[in-house]
Amino acid sequence: MSTAQLRDTITTRRPSKGALVAGILAVWLVAWLVLRGTHTLPLGAAQLTGLHEWLNDVNDSIGANRNSNPLFLYFFNIIRLIVDEFTTFIQTVLSEPAFDSPIPMLGWLGVVAVAGYVCYLVANIRVALLAMAGLVFLGLQGLWTESMDTLALTISAVLIALLFAIPLGVWAGLSDRFNRLITPVLDFMQTMPTFVYLAPLTLFFLIGPASATIATLIYAAPPVIRLTAHGIRSVPRDMVEASESLGSTRRQTLTKVLLPAAKRTIVLGINQTMMAALAMVTIAALIDAPGLGKTVIKALQTQDVGTAFNGGLAIVVLAIILDRVTTAASAKARPSHTAPSRGAAMLRLPMLIGGGVLAAIGVWLSRTYVWAAEFPADVEIGSTIVRATDTATEWVKDNFAALTTDLKDVVSATLIDPLQALLVQSPWWLVAAVIIAISVVIGSIRAAVVSAVCLALLVGTGLWQDAMTTLAQVLLATVIVMVLGIVLGVWMGRSPRVDRVVRPVLDAGQTMPPFVYLVPFLALFEATRFTAIIAAVVYASPVAIKIVTDGIRGVSATTVEAATASGSSTWQTITKVQLPMSRRALTLATNQGLIYVLSMVVVGGLVGAGALGYQVVAGFSQGQLYGKGLAAGIAIVLLGVMLDRMTQAAAKRADRPS
Amino acid sequence: MTTSQVHEERGRHEDEALAGESVISVRGLWKVFGPRAAAVPNSPKLRELGRRDLLDRTGCTAAVRDVGFDVAGGEVFVVMGLSGSGKSTLVRCLTRLIEPTAGEMLFEGDDMLAANHKQLRELRRNKFSMVFQHFGLLPHRRVIDNVGYGLEVKGVGKTERTRRAQEVIELVGLGGNEKSYPDQLSGGMQQRVGLARALAADPDVLFFDEPFSALDPLIRRDMQQEVIRLHREVGKTMVFITHDLSEALKLGDRILIMRDGEMVQLGTGDELVGAPADDYIRDFVRDVPHGDVLTLKWIMRDPRPDDPLDGPELGPDVVVREATRQVLQADKPVKVVSDGELLGIVGDDEILAIVARQESGA
Repeated sequence: MSTAQLRDTITTRRPSKGALVAGILAVWLVAWLVLRGTHTLPLGAAQLTGLHEWLNDVNDSIGANRNSNPLFLYFFNIIRLIVDEFTTFIQTVLSEPAFDSPIPMLGWLGVVAVAGYVCYLVANIRVALLAMAGLVFLGLQGLWTESMDTLALTISAVLIALLFAIPLGVWAGLSDRFNRLITPVLDFMQTMPTFVYLAPLTLFFLIGPASATIATLIYAAPPVIRLTAHGIRSVPRDMVEASESLGSTRRQTLTKVLLPAAKRTIVLGINQTMMAALAMVTIAALIDAPGLGKTVIKALQTQDVGTAFNGGLAIVVLAIILDRVTTAASAKARPSHTAPSRGAAMLRLPMLIGGGVLAAIGVWLSRTYVWAAEFPADVEIGSTIVRATDTATEWVKDNFAALTTDLKDVVSATLIDPLQALLVQSPWWLVAAVIIAISVVIGSIRAAVVSAVCLALLVGTGLWQDAMTTLAQVLLATVIVMVLGIVLGVWMGRSPRVDRVVRPVLDAGQTMPPFVYLVPFLALFEATRFTAIIAAVVYASPVAIKIVTDGIRGVSATTVEAATASGSSTWQTITKVQLPMSRRALTLATNQGLIYVLSMVVVGGLVGAGALGYQVVAGFSQGQLYGKGLAAGIAIVLLGVMLDRMTQAAAKRADRPS
Repeated sequence: MTTSQVHEERGRHEDEALAGESVISVRGLWKVFGPRAAAVPNSPKLRELGRRDLLDRTGCTAAVRDVGFDVAGGEVFVVMGLSGSGKSTLVRCLTRLIEPTAGEMLFEGDDMLAANHKQLRELRRNKFSMVFQHFGLLPHRRVIDNVGYGLEVKGVGKTERTRRAQEVIELVGLGGNEKSYPDQLSGGMQQRVGLARALAADPDVLFFDEPFSALDPLIRRDMQQEVIRLHREVGKTMVFITHDLSEALKLGDRILIMRDGEMVQLGTGDELVGAPADDYIRDFVRDVPHGDVLTLKWIMRDPRPDDPLDGPELGPDVVVREATRQVLQADKPVKVVSDGELLGIVGDDEILAIVARQESGA
């Protein structure tokens, strides 16, 4: 044990963390009763602060000088041009009319055939059939062009992202120094909700597909950078030393040992990047990215549940295809595998050739006949889905209105309103003092400094009340997430059977873009804060549950056995052994839960959650609110950084023995 | 094995050790980990500090401290120590997988530390190779491509590579498995692949870094036999790292014992058992069956006036176990004779002291 650790263990006993936090909250409550309604920093819907106007001016002046300022002329505009060209090219292959022809280079049959063949090459025949069926289903939904736009944007963003991300990941895998440098940057990029990437990028790259692709590639790159670095770092030392001891050059060790051994992890990273890209592309509809996102957003804004459901379903289908294919590809990239059976090996070559020929025929047909080029409109089931959803929604509303409305009203009146009142009506300095004090108690002095800086900047954005409203929703949703996380996590951690049943559901939940979650809850609860909170809970729960499960399972079996042997009941084992020993997992789950909830709550601005999310959306659509929207984006980031740092510090503390 | 054979073999090894050119020669080797590590070996004050003090004063850990030895051609040189004694760091310094902090290292007369990256690569490709504790096989390559890896990075053509790889695969007794992937083989077989890979480039020296400690005891014994067989067949110089004393005694012509990065004793097996340098070594060798290791020269005594000197004669390097029957059956003490000169005598008492000690398990 080092001296530093020793010192820590010998520190004098202080009142417990829980008591301190409770004390702080009690003081707050009393102060609120006395001071409520003062120093609340209100700002009307149409009111702007100096900062917002200044941001508007910046936007205007950039707009005016976009084609004269050298920075734009020789840097941003060129990037936009290249990305735009590339994205447009992929679009002409898949979705947009190519050159002088009225259809894309590949008609629907061509896309289905090529996709099937590519999936067969990188993965296996089962996944290829799934992908083809999924694509046909998208056509049947009547959303072929929209789906292909989304797919085109996703693919181009992922390809460009990989171009940078894999070399960066390799670098971070090889160099400790670069790894230390890039890790906090990646952490920061991943804490930022999808939403806030959009506004600043429009400033530099205008709205449209190019901006959408750039926002997407920035958002989607971190997972593959991280996993590439991780894959390279986890190659056993012996393997690298063996290669070096045989006289390999650095390049030989990289290409013959490190990359092949890390291949599976890298492909796993590509999978995550792909899923992140799809999520972002749909949200980028807010800055005019074409595709399914637009269909859903339009429907959400008009509360057209049927159409939103159809569009959401298409996004889910696309997500499933991309996920299954890349997961299967990663499984196939395992460093070694039992040799394929003789029969399979003999079939391989004819299948390769036959598949290639079929794909070529598909392409040829799709470029020759109209029926194979444009998805036939008369076999469409999309409108049936829309109608059925509408009917079902009506039916639920008619029969369960009492239930859903009551639930909504009760939760709103007993939980959301009081919490929001407490946060919004307290003087800003009181809230700030409470947050800083809690940061010290559960985290560290450093976390408190970060909190103080973030709070000061939040005041500066002029959106204090909106920020507090959003914070109230985030806190409430996170508490629910953690309750769910602990209950299900403990259950799954203790019972492999439950784990087997629940985990696939959680996996499926995690592959879906956040957007999609809004649709069913919009149908049930209409456009309210409650809808956003519930959607956030559903969105954030899987990750929290998984982390808690891993924590519970990480408690050594011997310790649990020892507890049982000394006569603990199941409840005692859980509360006295398993939960305390997975303290770190619990704080980590809280951390991730908060980040996920925040990103969903702000998307909820689209469906009545109001506050910061709404300001961001309004900023995209109304010129005079642009600056305010940008400030709201900054406020979201500040909230995110503050909550993240605080819980990270708490997690770090949970690491040390107390 | 008969007495005379044992005698002959011991003698042969010693002769070789004396006659063979020194292949590796190490002087004053240091490896220090930590900030400003280079300062430690150069400072007379810091050099003397113990592990704890050094860490507190400088934040550094000296894994290898002022080690020096020579390895003769054809010799099996064993470095033995418990975990944390610096033996693995030492062998990595010898191959410069880890750069030594200070000292001198000659390989076949050339200064190893002066070699640049390119020269070092050439040495690794042609002159020496290494066998690792956890095998270090490449899971994405078949056995034959693992074995041929060293030749591949050297630029040897595919046909030649495959031919040579096949040859060493047969040599280590893995014939028929060349198309398997490493994870389809047992631990012992995987280490045979590691061995074959090290042999493929026909190096002069083989380094073994605790190659068998991850294996089951039975398999370990097989592999030790395998190394002895290979040494007999290909006659390479071997530097062998282990934490297992019986393995060291079984394989090593000479054994270097390390503790806390320092050399504690360097000698043949019977020297370690017969004349331990300090209590640490004595403690170490206590459980070794002395009769299997010690030779007569370690237990003989000077003749007393009343000793009859017409008993049978044996050489000083005969192992006690081999001599037991003969000494006990003779009714007079056995004379230990070398080159016609009487060195001492061994009677029933001397033999029984060793045998009894062994049987009581002391």
